[in-house]
Amino acid sequence: MGSSKIVHAIYNDDDVLLSAVKMVKDEKFHIEEIYTPFPVHGLDKAMGLEPTRIAIASFIYGCIGFTVAILMMNYIMIEDWPMDIGGKPSFSYIENMPAFVPIMFELTVFFAAHLMVITFYLRSRMWPFKNAENPDKRTTDDHFLMEIDPSNKLKDLEKILIESGAVEINIVEKESH
Amino acid sequence: MYTISNRLKIFSISLIILGALGWSYSYVTSHKSLEEVKEILSHESSHGDSHEVVSHEMESNNHKNAELSHESAEDKHAEHVMHQIHNRPYAALYVAAFFFMMISLGVLAFYGIQYASQAGWSPVLYRVMEAITYYLLPGALIVLAIAIIGDKHIFIWMDPEVVAHDELIQGKSSWLNKTWFVIRALIFIGGWSLYRYFSRRFSLAQDTDSGNKFFKLNFRISAVFLVFFIYTESMMSWDWVMSVDPHWFSTLFGWYLFASMIVSGITVIALITIYLKSKGLLEYVNDSHLHDLAKFMFGFSVFWTYLWFSQFMLIWYANIPEEVTYYVTRIEHYTIPFFGMIVMNFIFPFLVLINSDYKRIPWFIVMAGIVILIGHYVDVFVMIMPATVVDRWFFGLPEISALALFSGLFILIVFYSLSKAPLLAKGNPYIKESENFHY
Repeated sequence: MGSSKIVHAIYNDDDVLLSAVKMVKDEKFHIEEIYTPFPVHGLDKAMGLEPTRIAIASFIYGCIGFTVAILMMNYIMIEDWPMDIGGKPSFSYIENMPAFVPIMFELTVFFAAHLMVITFYLRSRMWPFKNAENPDKRTTDDHFLMEIDPSNKLKDLEKILIESGAVEINIVEKESH
Repeated sequence: MYTISNRLKIFSISLIILGALGWSYSYVTSHKSLEEVKEILSHESSHGDSHEVVSHEMESNNHKNAELSHESAEDKHAEHVMHQIHNRPYAALYVAAFFFMMISLGVLAFYGIQYASQAGWSPVLYRVMEAITYYLLPGALIVLAIAIIGDKHIFIWMDPEVVAHDELIQGKSSWLNKTWFVIRALIFIGGWSLYRYFSRRFSLAQDTDSGNKFFKLNFRISAVFLVFFIYTESMMSWDWVMSVDPHWFSTLFGWYLFASMIVSGITVIALITIYLKSKGLLEYVNDSHLHDLAKFMFGFSVFWTYLWFSQFMLIWYANIPEEVTYYVTRIEHYTIPFFGMIVMNFIFPFLVLINSDYKRIPWFIVMAGIVILIGHYVDVFVMIMPATVVDRWFFGLPEISALALFSGLFILIVFYSLSKAPLLAKGNPYIKESENFHY
């Protein structure tokens, strides 16, 4: 498609932004992305984004951590170098299991937490030395930026945006990627 | 305004009557003489059952140790078994009475926390909580009455014969004696009921008050109550539960019982709320409130497991005979309830309630809630029964009818109290926030 026009509407209040999102969506315009300095409660629902699946990922990571803990303790304390735990030298995993519960718990939490954070960063396409994606530096301070595809109805869109309380409207040429 | 329906009234009264009849029958038939017990035992051994069990509890359960010393081991064993059979109806009644009292006390503590923390989400549920705590005074007095009437059938340290031959209990007799036990119990019950009485009165008075005077009063007495509660609850758990095994002790027992208490209490709040909502009442309670209750059910189930495990692991690891006997008895003779309650109190609610969306679905909460309540009944069962009937336990007529008796009484008293006041605490300064509560 080459280059196309894209509209940047800037707001300075999260409540105004939320109502603007509703107005723009009611007029059937497509919101590409919204950049905010802090998480805005209810914005994902207003934009109609799908609910996050990170909780499912986190549960799976927890299960992996739980399994790793069991296999690891079985190898270390039972198979490789059998240990007499609490004066009960049974050398069976299940009979010594209470001693391993704290480790099972810790590794479950460790895996769930760390892998979830890493997943979140990768999924948000954030990794070291990456250039910031936000088009306007003020979105890291006190402004909110809504990126909208005008789809050949630029005049209508501008009217709606002014009505919705935008403090600034910029039309930029964007290379499609 | 809620009015108690005739169907519910008849249902709970018939539960009470059936429970009372069933329990009386099992009480009368439990009066077996020594000869009858011997007959039962010979009958059992002919079926290949072995009864070689002589644990600590049984040793001290033998009331006539001295007189019987010349008799054969078989007679002694029959004597033990006879006492266990006699103890069972008392213990069954005590477990059920304590379980429902515990729910009410747990809710009272939760209610106190809501006021002391000036919670904004929960005021729409205050009337439900107040109704549940209405059961506390009668429930706790019944527990005390059963403890006094049950006497040595539940608490062996109340038997002077046992104390005379037991140095360990003699050493503890400055705390474990009947007079002081009753005085302490009356102080606990008096303090809790006093708080309950005034907080309810202030809550009702706040409905028509233009300022926030009564709310502030409630805030103050709740803070005082919570301090009083955490001390008395701990002592109550030593007295009413831990002392059934007077040789054994655990320093976190009070917390452990508190976890059981609060999770069952919150579960009952959720169940009654869902019941009232299904009747078209409590229209201002939305699924965010249910979500929060379910979060508490989930969280306190994990908390219970944490305390249960902390208590178990230290004793298991150290393996000191006087401590570990507690768990040996339970794992040997109560294998299914002992491990079953971990499934019901931890694994099941953990897996069912871990998903955020499921915490908003009423039938999921009801399902998890019923399992949690059964699990915590079993928890109390496994605390009391091994000390009173050892291996002579079964979930039969005395247990079921005691459960029916007290559930009937609980339902009747709680729903009677619900019908006494408007279901919305409309004068509470946080009521608007609570009605609009949205997650």
